[in-house]
Amino acid sequence: MTLDAKIPPGPIQEKWDNHRFNTKLVAPQNRRKFDVIVVGSGLAGASAGATLGELGYNVKVFCFQDSPRRAHSIAAQGGINAAKNYKNDGDSVYRLFYDTIKGGDYRSREANVYRLAQISTSIIDQCVAQGVPFAREYGGLLDNRSFGGTQVSRTFYARGQTGQQLELGAYQALMRQVELGTVELHSRHEMLEIVVEDGKAAGIIVRDLITGELTRHSAHAVVLATGGYGNVFFLSTQAKGCNTTAIWRAHRKGAYFANPCYTQIHPTCIPVSGDHQSKLTLMSESLRNDGRVWVPVKPDDRRKPGDIPAAERDYYLERRYPAFANLVPRDVASRAAKERVDAGYGVGELKNGVYLDFGDAIHRLGRTVVEQRYGNLFDMYANIAGEDPYESPMRIYPAVHYTMGGLWVDYNLMSNLPGLFVVGEANFSDHGANRLGASALMQGLADGYFVLPATISGWLADQLNQPAPSTTSDAFNEAADAVAERINTLLTVNGTRTVDSFHRELGQTLWDNCGMARNAASLSDARKKISELREEYWSDVRVLGDGQSLNQSLEKAGRVADFFELGELLCQDALHREESCGGHFREEHQTPDGEAKRDDDNFAYVAAWEFQGTGSKAKLNKEDLEFEYAHPSQRSYK
Amino acid sequence: MNLTLKVWRQRGPSDAGHFEAYDAPGITEDMSFLEMLDVVNEQLIHSGREAIAFDHDCREGICGSCGMVINGKPHGPKKLTTTCQLHMRNFRDGDSITVEPWRAAAFPVVKDLVVDRRPFDAIIQAGGWITAPTGGAQDANLTPIPKAVADQAFDAAACIGCGACVAACPNGAAQLFTSAKAAHLNLLPQGQPERWSRVTAMVDRMEEYFGSCTNYGECQQACPKGISIDFIAMMNRDYLKAQFKDRKRLVGASDLAGDGAG
Repeated sequence: MTLDAKIPPGPIQEKWDNHRFNTKLVAPQNRRKFDVIVVGSGLAGASAGATLGELGYNVKVFCFQDSPRRAHSIAAQGGINAAKNYKNDGDSVYRLFYDTIKGGDYRSREANVYRLAQISTSIIDQCVAQGVPFAREYGGLLDNRSFGGTQVSRTFYARGQTGQQLELGAYQALMRQVELGTVELHSRHEMLEIVVEDGKAAGIIVRDLITGELTRHSAHAVVLATGGYGNVFFLSTQAKGCNTTAIWRAHRKGAYFANPCYTQIHPTCIPVSGDHQSKLTLMSESLRNDGRVWVPVKPDDRRKPGDIPAAERDYYLERRYPAFANLVPRDVASRAAKERVDAGYGVGELKNGVYLDFGDAIHRLGRTVVEQRYGNLFDMYANIAGEDPYESPMRIYPAVHYTMGGLWVDYNLMSNLPGLFVVGEANFSDHGANRLGASALMQGLADGYFVLPATISGWLADQLNQPAPSTTSDAFNEAADAVAERINTLLTVNGTRTVDSFHRELGQTLWDNCGMARNAASLSDARKKISELREEYWSDVRVLGDGQSLNQSLEKAGRVADFFELGELLCQDALHREESCGGHFREEHQTPDGEAKRDDDNFAYVAAWEFQGTGSKAKLNKEDLEFEYAHPSQRSYK
Repeated sequence: MNLTLKVWRQRGPSDAGHFEAYDAPGITEDMSFLEMLDVVNEQLIHSGREAIAFDHDCREGICGSCGMVINGKPHGPKKLTTTCQLHMRNFRDGDSITVEPWRAAAFPVVKDLVVDRRPFDAIIQAGGWITAPTGGAQDANLTPIPKAVADQAFDAAACIGCGACVAACPNGAAQLFTSAKAAHLNLLPQGQPERWSRVTAMVDRMEEYFGSCTNYGECQQACPKGISIDFIAMMNRDYLKAQFKDRKRLVGASDLAGDGAG
């Protein structure tokens, strides 16, 4: 089946304006007649919840954290892109659009990306109005810096805590609506099932994580803003609670899962230090503005970095990519690091990293300036690695960071299940096969503040004066029963292995076979192994405690069960995509100098998978990608 | 290294709770405190006992989820460090470590080391925002903000809402948390229109839940983000001024009701 993305006609510059004019509206006095559920309170969820509340809809927001402010958007460090061209360095909406399409290796939808670039400027205005304390110059105007994959400075930032400040801005706007009574907040509640009735999203089943009570919520529209699925790898830069359950449950109920194999491995993270590792910590990409990446020229060089003279250092990014140098896109930088480490040039005790060196920057700018720019990141590094990055270079290595794939959505951000909208990282929409730095925050806020509030009225308008679905229907009963039964099963297996031990094994399998480099044989093996592990899980997992109180093991157990199924789909998608593009690198498909080799003739489409049952292969549906403006070419950052 | 833990276990809000002792063998200095607890929890599950419940999420020191009183100090012995960023190299082989939840009347224990911090949300809800509905904003560079002001606002905005300040306070007061948000917004030009109503609403809401500040300064010592008690002074000053600046209250709400309406 070929999917219709409902891209509006007309020149790309006019599509969004025309579409907004042509979309049906809901009049202010009618908005209170509509119930909208928002799951997740990160940038996309909180901004959507706040904005829909402001518009006058009845909104319910759910999050599993104890406060909506803690959603993982809060941990984003580097910045947010916007085509303001405040630096007068040649930026424009068109250039941001072009950079994003190219950075995504020509696997994203042009109309969406153009809209994102258009909206980017309004996001900055909105956030400043809310009081987000972006970095400023001495004249009082906003400061910018550069990120990978671009040759302009368009990244707005708030020290190394941009995500925190944007998240708090959205959270505060949300809490204002809670105070005004337009938004009902349910923290420490986890969505465990979506209810589909007559082919439409009718509501959700949630579990109160404190009391274990299952409750039913219906609405005219359900919005999933539940983030990415990087924790399928166990080790990632995501928060421990990040999970795929909401979108996976929707997928099982018919929502297509698009491009799961597009996973982003971030090049600058602190390397693994041992078996106890519970997560990986990102060191912001902004560090590559001033840090230089290198490894020793000689393999297995055990000298201290300071003892290695310049002539015996291989600044391999500068060598291979002179034009973009240390600021090549993430996928390129990650693969280059892996190549050096695999070839035996890795540094550190475990030889599992490369150096990110600030020696030159400190010499050029002085320690004070470097401290102002990156102080908190340096402190964090020193804390975790036990080494002072002002004295010796950081050791870094790529880690799973972001997932470009997600639920398939059309131009309105509605999935193929009518009434189910998906925003932020949870959808697949804007980044193609690779996301550029500082674009996740941009997309989350674009979706939540501007896109969804404009498009959702088109769906709601047709349901005027229809009540929200009943929560005692067969569909709700079945969904609630299924959730209760699943919880009961997890609690009664009473096997021998902990949830974490299974999760670690799943993650390692995926990292080894479906990580930075993939090939057909290992993907097939991995898929089989994951499927076996999943079966073992359901017969040997040990979840203690009960379902009627706070039970963190039980929470994890449900999430990991869904990760297994997603892991299988991830391998299936990676296996079917016989090309390399962005974060998806198939060893069989590379240029002679080791770069990703796309196959535009055969794979210029979105792979939207349809669930066919646990353990069965998913069915492929395609959305063909057409490039009218940014014509696909071999990406070159040389 | 080998450690002994004394951990607070409490089944639920109404349970009395008690300490239990656990061995934590084979801990390495690269582990974070929470990774050490992960190791202990795996052992507990293997031996058929429920894992210790504790809040945690980003494990990067920014989400504010984690927090426990370690050897009597919120977030443990290392300054400016959240529990998740506290690494075991700060402990020695053979150490005995006491681990408790936040102790504060406004934060009842949910289970083990997990507490209910929703009163913080209530304070933000009361006024910790600027009214800026989506879509109506002017160009971001139209209002220059002196760098020093922006930097100071940021210093206040760096609060992660973990609650260590409340846990450290002998009175269980939330002045540091409240003042951090009030100062962040009240320092900025965008925050001026609601400055007086904001501080009044936030402080009044705070007092519904928390104890009173008597300037011990323990909060500042415990804060993993180094939020200064200078912000409390600023909040108190603003609160006092607000009693005179609140035009509605001064003139009487009824006098203003017909003013300009319609």
